[in-house]
Amino acid sequence: MTKEAILGAIRRGLKRGPLPAEQQAMLAGRLATHPRHLIPARSRLPRPDQVALFIRNVEKEFGTVERVPDLAGVPAALAEYLAAQNLPSRFVMAPHPEFEGIPWADRPLLEFERRRAEATDQVSLQHGWAAVAETGTLMLPSAPGRPTTLNLLAETEVVVLRASAIVGAYEEAWDRLRAENQDARSGGFMPRNIMFVTGPSRSADIEQTLELGAHGPRRLHVILVDDDLAALPMGDAVAPPPVALPGGPAAPGD
Amino acid sequence: MVAITSPAFKENAARALADPGLQKALGTAKGAFLQRRAQAVANLPEFERLREIGRDIKNHTLANLDFYLDAYEAKVLAAGGMVHWCSTPDDARAVVLEICRKAGAKTVTKGKSMISEELGINAHLEANGIRPVETDLGEYILQLRQEHPSHIIAPAFHLNREDWEADFRRLHTDLPADRVFAERRDILAEARTKLREKFLQADVGITGANFLIAETGSSVIVTNEGNGDLTQTLPRVHIALASIEKVVPTLEDATSLLRLLARSATGQDFSVYTTFSTGARREADLDGPEEYHVVLIDGGRSNMLGTDFQEMLRCIRCAACMNHCPVYGAVGGHAYGWVYPGPMGSVLTPSLVGIDKTGLLPNASTFCGRCESVCPVKIPLPKLMRHWREREFERHLTPTAQRSNLNLWAWFARRPNAYRWATRAAIGALGLLGRGKGAFRSLPLAGGWTEGRDLPAPEPGGTFMARYARQQRGARR
Repeated sequence: MTKEAILGAIRRGLKRGPLPAEQQAMLAGRLATHPRHLIPARSRLPRPDQVALFIRNVEKEFGTVERVPDLAGVPAALAEYLAAQNLPSRFVMAPHPEFEGIPWADRPLLEFERRRAEATDQVSLQHGWAAVAETGTLMLPSAPGRPTTLNLLAETEVVVLRASAIVGAYEEAWDRLRAENQDARSGGFMPRNIMFVTGPSRSADIEQTLELGAHGPRRLHVILVDDDLAALPMGDAVAPPPVALPGGPAAPGD
Repeated sequence: MVAITSPAFKENAARALADPGLQKALGTAKGAFLQRRAQAVANLPEFERLREIGRDIKNHTLANLDFYLDAYEAKVLAAGGMVHWCSTPDDARAVVLEICRKAGAKTVTKGKSMISEELGINAHLEANGIRPVETDLGEYILQLRQEHPSHIIAPAFHLNREDWEADFRRLHTDLPADRVFAERRDILAEARTKLREKFLQADVGITGANFLIAETGSSVIVTNEGNGDLTQTLPRVHIALASIEKVVPTLEDATSLLRLLARSATGQDFSVYTTFSTGARREADLDGPEEYHVVLIDGGRSNMLGTDFQEMLRCIRCAACMNHCPVYGAVGGHAYGWVYPGPMGSVLTPSLVGIDKTGLLPNASTFCGRCESVCPVKIPLPKLMRHWREREFERHLTPTAQRSNLNLWAWFARRPNAYRWATRAAIGALGLLGRGKGAFRSLPLAGGWTEGRDLPAPEPGGTFMARYARQQRGARR
C-alpha cells in the first residue's frame, strides 16, 4: 500500500524504524496540549488599547470601522454606510440567530434575504465570530448561520462584530474555538472552514503594484458593537451601561 | 512534468540579460518586495526569535514526520475527507484525474499551487479532455500565454503592464477591441469578470496547501485575491495538493509560521485570506464542497531526509530568498529552467530532478548570503549549494576545463612558496603591461571578466603578502 511505502521511505531516510511507544506518547501529548510559542508583545494591551489596535490595523489594510453602542445601532449604521458608498440598500444577510434581535424595522428601506451569497449579490452582511487585534484580522468560522460565500461573492462585505469578541493574538482565538465550538461530524472543534480576513481582496500581480478588489470583496466594513464596557475608549468609560443585548454579551458558541 | 531547461542555464541567462522587456520588469519589481519586507520585519521586534522558533517547529516535525502524517490522516478521515497517498508525480496525476472523472468534471478551477506546477496537472487534465482554469491573476495570464511562473509567489514577475493589455486584447475577443485600460485596476476588473464565470461553472476546485495540521486534519491556504477561497468553496469537489513536508503538528505551530510567512513573502503582517479547510460540507451548512480530497505527495522528499538536504524541507515557499538574490534579480526565474527559481530552487531542483541535469544551478550564486539572512526558517542556502557543487565535482560532472583549472589552482594552493612566486610574477608582468592605460580591455584566459568590464592593472607595490610583510616590519620598528 502506498501509505506504508511512503512512511517506510520516511523511516529509511531518518534511519530508524517506527517510533518507540514512549516517543509516540510524547508526541500525542504535544498534539493534545498544543503548547504556545512566543506571542508578540504588540497585542498585550489594556482592553481599550487592544480594540484601538484592531481598528488601526483594519484601517491600515484598507478596511473601515464604525463603532455603534449596541445591536440596535446596526440598521442606521448600515443604511448610512451604503448610502455614503452609493450602494443599493439590498443585501444578503447571514442567517445568524444573533441578527434576529436587530430592529431592522427602524430602517424600512433596507431589504435583505437570509441565505448564502450568490454571484449577483452586491452587498453581504456577515457575522463576526472573533477578531485578532495583532493584525486587524476577522475570524469567520463556517456555520449554518455564517456561510463562507458571504465572505467572497459580494463586492462589499460588511461584518458585524462585538467588541467583546476581539482578542489580542490568534492563540487566544484558537483557545476560545476549542472551548466553545462542537463539530458533530469530526467530534472535534474545527468547522469545515475558517477564514481569517485582513482587509479587502487585492492583487499585486501587475507590476508588483497593489490594486484593491481582486476576486473577493472590494470593500470591507466592520460595524463594531461596543458590548464590552472595559473596551470602551477611556473617556467614555463612565458612560451608563448599554441596554442588555439579545443573546448576552458574548457570541454563543456556534 | 514541466520540461527541464536547466542544462541551458548559461544560454537562458544570456538571453534574459539581453531581453529589454524582462529587464524592465525586473527593474520595476526589484525594490518593492525588499522595502515592504524590511518594513514589516522592523515593525515586529520578535521577528528574529520567531525565525528560530519556525526553524525548530519544522525540524521537530521532520524528525517525526511519519507520526504526524499518520495523525493528520486520521483527523482528515474523521472530518469526512479523503487522503490519497502518492509516491510519485505519476501517481498524483492519476489520482487527480480519477477524482475529476468521477465528479464528471468538464471545467476545473485552480488556485495557485507550486506543487501542481511540479506535477504538470494542467497538461495532464487537458490531455484527458478536462479544462483547467488558473484563477490567480498572475497564473491566469501565464495560462493564456502558455508560460510557466517565473517566481513562486508572483508568477507574472517577468511581465510589464503592456504585456497584460496586449494579451487581454488578443484573447478576450468577445470584448470591444477599442476598450481603454487607463489604470492597472481596469486590467484587474476585466480578469475579475472573466474569472467569475469560471468559478461558477467549475465542477472541481484544485488548490495547494501552505500547511497541513496534524492536530485537526486541516489544510491551510494563504491568498490576497480570494481566488483560492472561491476555488475551494464553490465547486462540488475540492482537491488539495500537498507534499508530505507541509504538515505541522498544531494550530499554534501553524500560527507561529504564519507570522513569518506573509512578512517574508509580500511584507504584509498577514495575508488578506488565511483559510483553514477541514473536511467536507457539514450537514446543516449552506455552502462548501461536498467532497474534500487531499492528495499527499512524496515526489522525492523522503529521499532528502537524513541527507545534507533535509534542511531544505523546512522551506515554506515565501520567496524572500529569490527577492533578495542578485542573480535572480538579473536573470529572472525562467533562466533556472524548472519550477523553482532562485536560491531555494538551486538547492531543491537538483534534489528533485537530479544534479546531472541541474549542476549549473548551485553554481549560479555569488554566495553573498543574503538568501540565508532573510530565510524565515533559517535554511543555510549557500551551504547547501556548496554541498551540491561538491557532489557535482565528486561525480565528475564539472566541465573538464574547470576541473583542470581547479586542480592547477589546488597544486599551487598547497605549495605557499610556489603560490607566492607565481602571483608575484603574474602581478609584475601585468603591472608592466598595463602601466600605460591602467586597465585591460581584453586579456587572454580572462575573457569571461573583460567581456563585461575592464580589468584594472595591478599598481606598483607587489602582492598583498609582500605589502603585508612590509607593513608588519614597519609596525615592529
